[in-house]
Amino acid sequence: MDKLPRWADLALVPLISLLLAAAVSAVVLLAIGQSPSQALWVMVEGALLSPYGWGYTLYYATSFMFTGLAVVVAFHGGLFNIGGEGQAQLGGLGVALVCLSLPWPHWTLALPAAILGAALFGAAWAAIPAWLQARRGSHIVITTIMFNYIAAALMIYVLVEVLKPAGQMDPASARFPPGTNLPTLHEIPGLSLIFTKQVPANVSLFVALAACFGVWVLMWRTRLGYEIRAFGKQPAAARYAGISAFKVTMIAMLISGALSGMMAINNVMGESERLLQNASEGAGFIGIAVALMGRNHPVGVFLAALLFGFLYQGGAELGLWTSIPIELRTVVQGLVILFTGALDQMVRMLLVRLIRTSRSRTPAQAQGGM
Amino acid sequence: MAGQTPSGRQETAAPFAIELKGISKAFGPVQANKDISIQVAHGSIHGIIGENGAGKSTLMSILYGFYRADSGVIEINGRPTTIPDSQSAIRAGIGMVFQHFKLVQNFTVLENVVLGAEDGALLGPSLTKARRVLADLSREYELDVDPDAVVEDLSVGHQQRVEILKALYRQAEILILDEPTGVLTPDEADHLFRILRGLKDQGKTVILITHKLREIMEITDAVSVMRRGTMVATVKTAETSPEALAELMVGRKVLLHVHKGPANPGRNVLSVENLRVVDEAKVERLRGISFDIRAGEILGIAGVAGNGQSELLEVLGGFGRATGRVVLNGTELDISGRASDGQSRRAAGIAHVPEDRQRLGLIMDFTAWENVAFGYHHAPEYQRNAALMDNDAIRADCAGKMQRFDVRPPLPELPAKSFSGGNQQKIVVAREIERNPDLLLVGQPTRGVDIGAIEFIHKQIVALRDAGKAVLLVSVELDEILSLSDRIAVMFDGRIMGFRDPAQTNERELGLLMAGVEG
Amino acid sequence: MDYATFLQIFDTALRFATPLLLACLAGLYSERAGIFDIGLEGKMLMAAMASAAVAALTGSVWIGLLAGIVGSLVFAAVHGLASITFRGNQLISGVALNFVAAGITVLVAQTLFQQGGRTPPLSGAARFQPVHLPFVEAIREVPVIGPFYADVLSGHTILVYVALALVPATWWLLYRTRFGLRLRAVGENPASVDTAGVSVIRLRFTAVAITGLLCGLAGAYMSTGLQAGFGREMTAGRGYIALAALIFANWKPWAALWATLLFGFFQALALRPDVVQAVLRFPVPVPVLDALPYVLTVIVLAGLIGKPSPPRAGGEPYVKER
Repeated sequence: MDKLPRWADLALVPLISLLLAAAVSAVVLLAIGQSPSQALWVMVEGALLSPYGWGYTLYYATSFMFTGLAVVVAFHGGLFNIGGEGQAQLGGLGVALVCLSLPWPHWTLALPAAILGAALFGAAWAAIPAWLQARRGSHIVITTIMFNYIAAALMIYVLVEVLKPAGQMDPASARFPPGTNLPTLHEIPGLSLIFTKQVPANVSLFVALAACFGVWVLMWRTRLGYEIRAFGKQPAAARYAGISAFKVTMIAMLISGALSGMMAINNVMGESERLLQNASEGAGFIGIAVALMGRNHPVGVFLAALLFGFLYQGGAELGLWTSIPIELRTVVQGLVILFTGALDQMVRMLLVRLIRTSRSRTPAQAQGGM
Repeated sequence: MAGQTPSGRQETAAPFAIELKGISKAFGPVQANKDISIQVAHGSIHGIIGENGAGKSTLMSILYGFYRADSGVIEINGRPTTIPDSQSAIRAGIGMVFQHFKLVQNFTVLENVVLGAEDGALLGPSLTKARRVLADLSREYELDVDPDAVVEDLSVGHQQRVEILKALYRQAEILILDEPTGVLTPDEADHLFRILRGLKDQGKTVILITHKLREIMEITDAVSVMRRGTMVATVKTAETSPEALAELMVGRKVLLHVHKGPANPGRNVLSVENLRVVDEAKVERLRGISFDIRAGEILGIAGVAGNGQSELLEVLGGFGRATGRVVLNGTELDISGRASDGQSRRAAGIAHVPEDRQRLGLIMDFTAWENVAFGYHHAPEYQRNAALMDNDAIRADCAGKMQRFDVRPPLPELPAKSFSGGNQQKIVVAREIERNPDLLLVGQPTRGVDIGAIEFIHKQIVALRDAGKAVLLVSVELDEILSLSDRIAVMFDGRIMGFRDPAQTNERELGLLMAGVEG
Repeated sequence: MDYATFLQIFDTALRFATPLLLACLAGLYSERAGIFDIGLEGKMLMAAMASAAVAALTGSVWIGLLAGIVGSLVFAAVHGLASITFRGNQLISGVALNFVAAGITVLVAQTLFQQGGRTPPLSGAARFQPVHLPFVEAIREVPVIGPFYADVLSGHTILVYVALALVPATWWLLYRTRFGLRLRAVGENPASVDTAGVSVIRLRFTAVAITGLLCGLAGAYMSTGLQAGFGREMTAGRGYIALAALIFANWKPWAALWATLLFGFFQALALRPDVVQAVLRFPVPVPVLDALPYVLTVIVLAGLIGKPSPPRAGGEPYVKER
């Protein structure tokens, strides 16, 4: 048997990749003199065993859903958008400008406006790399990476020179008016019975879930999604079919940038309620891991975002209760990307061998390849 | 008869340059080669013929060390030889000229010849020596090439000479050529055959892999026929005929001509005036061609690949820019601006079966039903409402098409890459023909397609013409052009060399036109 | 701006350009062989941490250098495995390894030194010392060229000169040797090499190893030559800038030298906003100067300065044609 059955490719490969990443992380932990099992226990306890922990896990997962979906949409168009980090930061700027510009009476009014602002700014930040790729063939990987660094510089400038209220020392914007505060899960009737303590997870979780559904509909039920997927697979064929490479590249990247930007309603509007420096904190990059683990599908993104939410909250707990530096989660994140994205052939070969040996134990005829 | 060869290899009593005994090779469940045995005599030109997928390429890959056979023995000059890699093949005196050249485009001829056969770690001495040897080889075998020319500037025929020189530089005694004339004009092909005869006179052995019956008859001494992975027969060329070989290739009597009634052409459907195409490198690909096609007529464009036919299809299909005038059903088409795209063309009533179905016509990872909508994903019958597509409707349409066009297996959910070449082509043809276009563009409709599907596809094209539609057929297969077309236009170097009535011309005349000889 | 200031900036530029040049040449070998490597950043970072840490522990910068090279080679090996053996997506592999490097370097440094992910400041034999070129004092008196020789060219640490020497060495290796011919061929059309009986895999792994070696030098220089220790994310995108320089240089060694010098110049300018202001006559905010190299990279990539022609088989895993 040469190829894997579809279910194995979709579910087993990410699972095995995750196990491999965990195994290598365990080795790293052992090498620096820590206990992997203790680390795992601290993580599980802190992230999954209490509603309070879940409140944090879900909060992180919300951000990762947005950034993961962003990578997915671009991926389907054949584009590797690594600029989610910068686009998320610009989305934060959009949110801040919206929230600070008017005395919003209620969050049900402020939220749609903020979503629009976040999406617009995120998309705008993706627009230049998108245009450069579509018109000039500039490699989008490097341009988006550069735009991450430029965004960081830009945000510093904006925070220090423009948005910082007079007399304040730290580079941050003013606090958003109370009318923009999003209810956290603790403040939502019904859910407050589960989340009895204040948690950062908030209403934007539901926006993220809606976005997952929306991306699914877009990619597999609309003409635009069809064109994006066709172009991503075979750009030359897309030209034959009359699909505009420029249009697809731009739109896919703009949607991608918008999704990354929308992450800001979770952390900037929902949690910190003002614009801080480096608000996105690496979520843009985790989106890449989430997209790869989730096999480029919104359902997978949802599950992978939960997983990384666990990793993030667990990692924070590790930083609090053990002497393991918080950078461990960057290592795990990188390993997951490595195993699911680059070494996936290796994982497949492993699985094929495993399935083959388990099949040879039964005297069944070897199946033909799929 | 070969005596002491220049490289000093031992002459043995055994007369065969190569003997294969019982070679078998399987890839998973697919048995590509089954118990193949061949004997190739020294100093002969031996042909191997077979359809696509018959196993010829696998066999040659084994001979060149790309694959290890699962079982069987290879004997070179009577001595059993293992060929685990290309190095060993070269050492055994085997040289291979591939169908798709293995040249580095921006290296010079000299650098390409020397690559992998350098003399020592420094380049300088290697290049000097190679220059000398190349001059000798060029003289001896009529293989003139400028050693300092950059390969990408050379014509295809010259590039092929570089490939042959590479093999000879490595002192190959046995030369294997894989489909060598596919990209050559008849004149260049003749020159190649002269070279091959020269090689044979010098005692080299040549194995010619081809699917062109005519070449086999013209130049080989013996021919082996492969079918579905087995060696079906080996005969002396002088003792056989094209019909006999075709029957051996397919296993049944083959109709080499399409049965079709007379044409009944009506009004003008397509009018092309002075069409010019200039590519990115400022090279003129189409030099102002003009022609008409009427309803109920098949216009066949004959010519060697690369003489502008692809560009013609691209312009008419909407993914290439041009100047000139194209009128379809009385309306002028935009050929250089905004509306010059595939969607506009389809809306205007043009359907297109592209030359390269796997690169252009299908999205290989998409399912069959997704491919049925490819290019027509905006069609109203495929939409549920303004926002969403109706995937169920597309699936149903796919199932119907698969049934009407005998696509096997008739599974809409199967990805396109899982279908055989012939069935893939049938999906594309079904999709385009059932759009009921006023003009159907067809490029290389039967490339890589098995004979059963060829017959089916040809019938469909004729049926479309009988329904009063116009067909533009582009093909490098003269047989196909002659049997399908109602009128023939021959293209060479971006120009139409002449129009001919298929009933009143022949391959010799067409071949001359294809080679640029004014008719 | 007076001549002395210009020399100062140029001196800084040369020092900043060195890690870029080393990383750029590293990328050159990989990409010429057909392997995309955006993991230069991670390898440099790994080498920076390893060499600083080992230099701090052993007190010898040379052992540190060795450790840096080894660290970089490990990452290079993983990338090679993923790209060549397992034919994985080379861009994803590079990005992934950059993340792993970013995390692991801090983890290890924190475990070893408990200084917030930094290595302790290096001094003495644990750092590279300036090398003075011959006849410095005599030549300094010569007008114009003298101070240039004395202040800009002389007085750098040895890796700077190594980097400069590597430019003609790379040119010679690529264009005058058998290895270079094969390396270039394998990046343009691996099938040509394969059918000639030469191992594509071995060539590519060799290229990847050279990349690892040169990134090792780049990273070690940063933490033991340019600065005096390792700090988290100290490479700050230099690996990507080196890639941009490579594209700017159209994958040629001598052009790489000028390209990286230019980028180094911009980085040096960012340290002297006063000079920029004096020349341009209006104040330029520091973040703008910081962002300059990245902006220039984008401009380069936009093809506004020449049209890049990369190796034809770049980024595609080699699969034998059936």
